[in-house]
Amino acid sequence: MAGTSDSAPDLAGALVLAPPLPGDWLVIAPVAGGILTGALLLMLRRYPRLQAPIAIGFLLALVVITGALLARTMATGAPVVMTMGRWLPPYGITFAADALGAAMAFVSSIAALCVAIYAAGSMTGSERRYGFFPFLVLMMSGVCGAFLTGDLFNLYVWFEVLLIGSFGLIVLGNSRRQLDGGVRYALLNLLATTFFLIATGYLYALVGTLNMADIAVRARALDDQGPIYTITALFILAFAMKAAAFPLNFWLPASYHTPATATSAIFAGLLTKVGAYALMRVLIMLLPVQQTAFADAVIVIAMLTMITGSLGALAQSDIRRILGYLVISGIGIIIAGIGLAAHSGAVAPGDAATLRGAEPAMAGAILYSLHSMIVITGLYLLAGLIGRIGGSFEMSRLGGLYGSSPLLAGFALILVFSVSGLPPFTGFWPKLLLTRAALIDGRWWLAAIILATGLMTTIALGRAFAQIFWRNAPQMAGSTGEGDTDPTALASLDASSDTGPGADIVAVAISGTDEGTDRDSPAAIFTDKTAGPVPDLRPASLIAIAILVALTTVFGLLPMPTIAIADTATFLLLDPSVYIRAVLGGAP
Amino acid sequence: MEQALAILDGFFFAAGIFMLLSNSLIRVLIGIAILGNAVNLLIFTAGRLVREVPPIIPRGAEIPPALIANPLPQALILTAIVISFSLFAFMLVLVFRSYQALGSDATDRIGDAEPRDGVKPPVGY
Repeated sequence: MAGTSDSAPDLAGALVLAPPLPGDWLVIAPVAGGILTGALLLMLRRYPRLQAPIAIGFLLALVVITGALLARTMATGAPVVMTMGRWLPPYGITFAADALGAAMAFVSSIAALCVAIYAAGSMTGSERRYGFFPFLVLMMSGVCGAFLTGDLFNLYVWFEVLLIGSFGLIVLGNSRRQLDGGVRYALLNLLATTFFLIATGYLYALVGTLNMADIAVRARALDDQGPIYTITALFILAFAMKAAAFPLNFWLPASYHTPATATSAIFAGLLTKVGAYALMRVLIMLLPVQQTAFADAVIVIAMLTMITGSLGALAQSDIRRILGYLVISGIGIIIAGIGLAAHSGAVAPGDAATLRGAEPAMAGAILYSLHSMIVITGLYLLAGLIGRIGGSFEMSRLGGLYGSSPLLAGFALILVFSVSGLPPFTGFWPKLLLTRAALIDGRWWLAAIILATGLMTTIALGRAFAQIFWRNAPQMAGSTGEGDTDPTALASLDASSDTGPGADIVAVAISGTDEGTDRDSPAAIFTDKTAGPVPDLRPASLIAIAILVALTTVFGLLPMPTIAIADTATFLLLDPSVYIRAVLGGAP
Repeated sequence: MEQALAILDGFFFAAGIFMLLSNSLIRVLIGIAILGNAVNLLIFTAGRLVREVPPIIPRGAEIPPALIANPLPQALILTAIVISFSLFAFMLVLVFRSYQALGSDATDRIGDAEPRDGVKPPVGY
C-alpha cells in the first residue's frame, strides 16, 4: 500500500509497527494451537488410536503455554497484549492475558488434561471415532479464547466456539437421555449467548467500541449513564444463565448427568466458570458505575443460588445429579464474591485507597473459581470410577466400595472435604476470604449462608460417602453372582447407564451403526461387589484423579501462590488503569 | 429511519419470544431463529444508518472525505449470521433426532433426563 503512492500516509498512527515480542505469541498460541490440533484430530478421525495421544500431547503443551503466560503476566504485573492484524487498539482485535484470564486458562487446561487422560482410559471405540477428542480440543480453544481475549465481541465469538464444541460432546453416545439433556442444554445456552449478543450490540451503539480497555475508559466518561443500566441488566441475565445462577439454573441438573463422565466433568469444571468469569470481567471491570446499583440484586441471586444448589444436592440420589447441584451452589459462592466486590462501589482508575473493601471479596471469588474447576472436575471423574466399579450411579444401589478400592475412598474423602470448604484443602481459603469480606461489609446473613452452604454440602456428600464406601453392598436382585469385568460393558456404562437395571435405555448409535447394542444391558454388571472380583481400574483414570487430588491438597496446604495470583488479578480487575495502559498504550 | 427499524425490530423480538414460549420444540427453534435475526437487525440499526457510502479514503488524503457507512456492524452481523446459521442447523438435527428417539417434540412430554418418579435419596444408613 505504502509503496504505491508518493504521499504515503504515516502508518505509525494506525498500525503497530514494532514486531511482537516472542513472549507475546504465548497469548495467541492456546487458541491457534487448539484450532489446528482440533482440525488435525478431525482429519485423523479414522485412526482412533492416534486421537488420545495427540489430544493429551496438545493439552500438555497447553498447560505449559498457559503456565508460561501466567508466570509472565505475574512477573510484570501487567497483561500480555497482542493485537491482531497489527491494527492499533481499539481498532484491531486485542488479546490481553491479565492475571485473571491467564490463571483461569492455566487451571482449566490442567482440568482438561486430566479429563483427557481419564477419557483415554474410559472411552469406547465409537466415542473416539465420533470425535470426543477433537471436540474436547476445540472446546478448550474456545474456553482459552474466552479467558484471553480483550474484545467484547470476540468474547461472544469464543462463547460460540466453546458452545459448538460442547454441543458435539453432549450428544456423543446418542442415548434418549442424552438427546433430551442435549436439547435442554443447547437451547438454553444458545439463548444465553443471544442475550449476550444483544447486550454487546447495545453497548456498541452507546460507546462505539468493542475493545474492553476502550469500553472501560468510555463507559465511565459517558454523560448519560442511564441506558447502560439496562445493558448491565442484560449482561447479568446472559452470564447468570451461562453460569447457572438461581432462576436460570434448571438446565444444568437436567443435562449435566447425561453425557459420558469425562464430558460431564469438563462441562461442570469449566463451562459455568466461563460465565462467572465473563460476569467478573464485564460487571467489575467494564461497568464500574453500574455495579453498585446491581450489587444487592447480585447478592440476592447468589444467596438463592447457594440455597437451591445445596438443597438440590440433598434431595438427589444419583451421585452425578448431586454433583450437578454442587456446581450450582459453587457458582452461588462465586457470584456472592462478585456481588460483595461490586457493592464496594466504583473505583476511579488509579485510586488504590478505595480498593480495600472490595479486595478480599473479589480475591475470594477468583480463588473459588480456580478451586472449583479442579475439584468439581475431580468429583465427576470420581463419580465415573464409582459408576464403573459399583455398576451404578444410584446411591441406593452402591455400597462396600471401601473394600473394593481404599485408594478411591481416600481420594473421595479429600475431594469431599475440599468441595465442602473444610481445611486443609483449597476449598477452605476462598470461603475464609469471602466470609470475612461479608462480615467486614456488615452482611452477616450472607456469611451465614456461605457457611450453611458448606454445611449442607458436607451433609449431602458425607451421606453419599458413607452410603457408597462404608455401607455393606446391597444384595441386588437379578445379580449374576460373579463380577462381570468385560471392559467394553463397563466403559460403556460411563456413557449411558441409567438409574437401574432394566431401565429403558434405548441407545441408538449415530448414523445407524451397531455400536449402541452393547449399551442397553448394564444389568449384567449389577452384582454383589463383596463377592465378585473387583473390576480393574485402569491406571489412566486413577492418575487423572490423583493429579487433581494432589493439586487441591498441595495448594490447600500452601495457599500463598494462589492467593498471590488472586490478589494480582483482583487488583487489575478493580483498578483497570494498568490493563487500559497495557492495551491502549500511553499515559493512564 | 432508525426509529422505523427500531419498531420493526421490536416486532421481531416479540415474535421470537412468543415462539420461544410455545410447547413444541420446532416452534421454539423457529423462535430462536427469529430472535437471532432480531439481534442482527438490532446491531445493524445500532451502527447508525447512513447511505451506502463505501469507507474508501482517496489517494492523498488521510481521512475519508465525507460521512461513510460504518463497516463494523456489518462485519459483526456477518459473524453472527454464520454462527447462528450453523448452530440453527445443528439444533434442527438435534431436535429431529430427539423427536425420533423420544417420540414427541412437546416439551411437557419429554423428560427422560429427569424422570419424575426417580429414586428418593436415602434417609438412613
